[in-house]
Amino acid sequence: MSEATPNSFRTGPDERGHFGIFGGRYVAETLMPLILELDKAYEAAKADPAFHAELKGLNATYTGRPSPLYFAERLSAHLGGAKIYLKREELNHTGSHKINNCLGQILLARRMGKTRIIAETGAGQHGVASATVCARFGYPCEVYMGATDVERQKPNVFRMQLLGAEVHPVTAGNGTLKDAMNEALRDWVTNVETTYYMIGTAAGPHPYPAMVRDFQSVIGNETREQILAVEGRLPDLIIAAVGGGSNAIGIFHPFLDDPDVRIVGVEAGGHGMNVYNGHAASLNGGKPGVLHGNRTYLLQDDDGQILEGHSISAGLDYPGIGPEHSWLNDTGRVTYVPATDQEALDAFQTLTKVEGIIPALESAHAVAEAIKRAPTMGKEEIIVVNLSGRGDKDVFTVGKILGVDL
Amino acid sequence: MSSLPVTRIDARVAKLKAEGRAALVTFVTAGDPDTDTSLAILKALPGAGADIIEFGMPFSDPMAEGPPIQAADIRALAAGQTMVKTLEQVRAFRAGDNETPIVLMGYYNPIYIYGVERFVSDAKAAGVDGLIVVDLPPEEDEELCLPAIRAGISFIRLATPTSDDKRLPVLLRNSSGFVYYVSVLGVTGVKSAAAGDVATAVSRIKAHTPLPVMVGFGVKTGEQAAAIAAHADGVVVGSALVNAVRDTLVDGKATASTVKAVTNLVADLAAGVRRGRK
Repeated sequence: MSEATPNSFRTGPDERGHFGIFGGRYVAETLMPLILELDKAYEAAKADPAFHAELKGLNATYTGRPSPLYFAERLSAHLGGAKIYLKREELNHTGSHKINNCLGQILLARRMGKTRIIAETGAGQHGVASATVCARFGYPCEVYMGATDVERQKPNVFRMQLLGAEVHPVTAGNGTLKDAMNEALRDWVTNVETTYYMIGTAAGPHPYPAMVRDFQSVIGNETREQILAVEGRLPDLIIAAVGGGSNAIGIFHPFLDDPDVRIVGVEAGGHGMNVYNGHAASLNGGKPGVLHGNRTYLLQDDDGQILEGHSISAGLDYPGIGPEHSWLNDTGRVTYVPATDQEALDAFQTLTKVEGIIPALESAHAVAEAIKRAPTMGKEEIIVVNLSGRGDKDVFTVGKILGVDL
Repeated sequence: MSSLPVTRIDARVAKLKAEGRAALVTFVTAGDPDTDTSLAILKALPGAGADIIEFGMPFSDPMAEGPPIQAADIRALAAGQTMVKTLEQVRAFRAGDNETPIVLMGYYNPIYIYGVERFVSDAKAAGVDGLIVVDLPPEEDEELCLPAIRAGISFIRLATPTSDDKRLPVLLRNSSGFVYYVSVLGVTGVKSAAAGDVATAVSRIKAHTPLPVMVGFGVKTGEQAAAIAAHADGVVVGSALVNAVRDTLVDGKATASTVKAVTNLVADLAAGVRRGRK
């Protein structure tokens, strides 16, 4: 599968939204004029210093950026190998990296004159971030969330409602993120003239994958400055969890052309890669296909029907992945590995006990990979883990598994 | 264009034009509620008054469909429908009817996984005349549209209320057979358009193309079909037909009345189309 190595891994996508064979604009004709308009509006915003200045100001004073790069001294000692740094995206306003993207997109929606915002959400982190920016800018917000996810992420559902958003539980399919995205697309087709669709991850039709990546690249850009300031050099290894892949592409992208920096994305291994439809690892267990506006690796059966997949983490429970990750996988620049539910659960508890930081179950997948790799690395080597979200929302899920009735 | 061989779609459109009436285009989902009943429905459609058949290739994630066709897709997949079976059904239909055009309608992924070249070749051999693939806009024509045209299969495009005079030439560029005008913003089977709006939209599209314009979305009765038929070259009905299937099922299984429920509704719609002649 691997293609000729490009001169740079940071120039994609092309003007039609392709990263190699991945990406594109596979949407219903009703949406095409708006998709093309969005592309133009984003290109104009990108070239407008006032847009960047406003976003930078909000990032600083509303979100609390830059997020710290924290040396996890006790975790590093506990594992007895590489030095582990945590990029503390969980300290952002709303508790995850999702706010970075939502602030950028709400400014764009305002530039485009849209009057209503819709979003899909899995774990509820993107739903909360969307509801938050809509409250901040005075927009009505409707969030589509799978009925299964509504059940397992109740605190976030209530948070969205407090913020003034309407949450629509979606019962189609398994009632998870894929079904929520279908329903959001149906709303968008119906209300395309007034509505801005705030996609939460670096997937969907062009320009979303590139745009969301750009808004999330603040994570990697800060990490680069911070690690240079503390260590005087770049890290040896960067690790991030990958569902749709927005936190991962955000921290990866600024390092893609630094060949000495190894990069690892961690997919949801669920019950294990040998369990049919029992994981949500699109790259390790899927094949290329077309869904939700882009070509990318998908979990699917032999007839091209999409599988539901499974993960302990609602935010990773999605049968696809952002198209740029598919390309980075096939070019070999980034290595993608699975971590099982159990490994994520163990990492969740380890980080909580050793560092006093409760990670989101999504981010715990990245921590699990660091726990595997750090002991095999030298004490002078450096790992950066993107701690994309905080775990408060997951205490009920984890409690249930550990047999504690909350 | 006159050097192209006459397709079943072109022949059927010419015949209806000579009769001075609009076409009734019926959509049913392949494999709904099971393979045998679905084939019986397919074979019964022309006799009941369908002029052109859209045969839905079921997909797990039909993003532009409302609840009726979503449910039909789920029924078909649960009954074990596959692309191979869908093409076999077309072949079986063709053995007894070499005139009624069949257009396969659906989403791209099952075609992509089947393999584009294999698909257009097998579809052509089975007797498929056209394709409507909802998530393939003209920006992605190299994927399937151009291979289909090379194989002699028409690629039918959806025009929508958002297709302005700048957009229409782009989406009509590689389209053939007919234009399917989606008369409302939204998913299938929910809202319906006012006849006056349809008339305006059809004449606007016709300013850009000689192709016939078939109008769909939200048409449920003979009355509505008559109103649309007065302003369009054809009327497309889908959700109402798959709901007719649904309403006859007992414990999800076909009954003695399933095929009849569909043909009765088709007959009512066909009468409406004939009443609505221009």
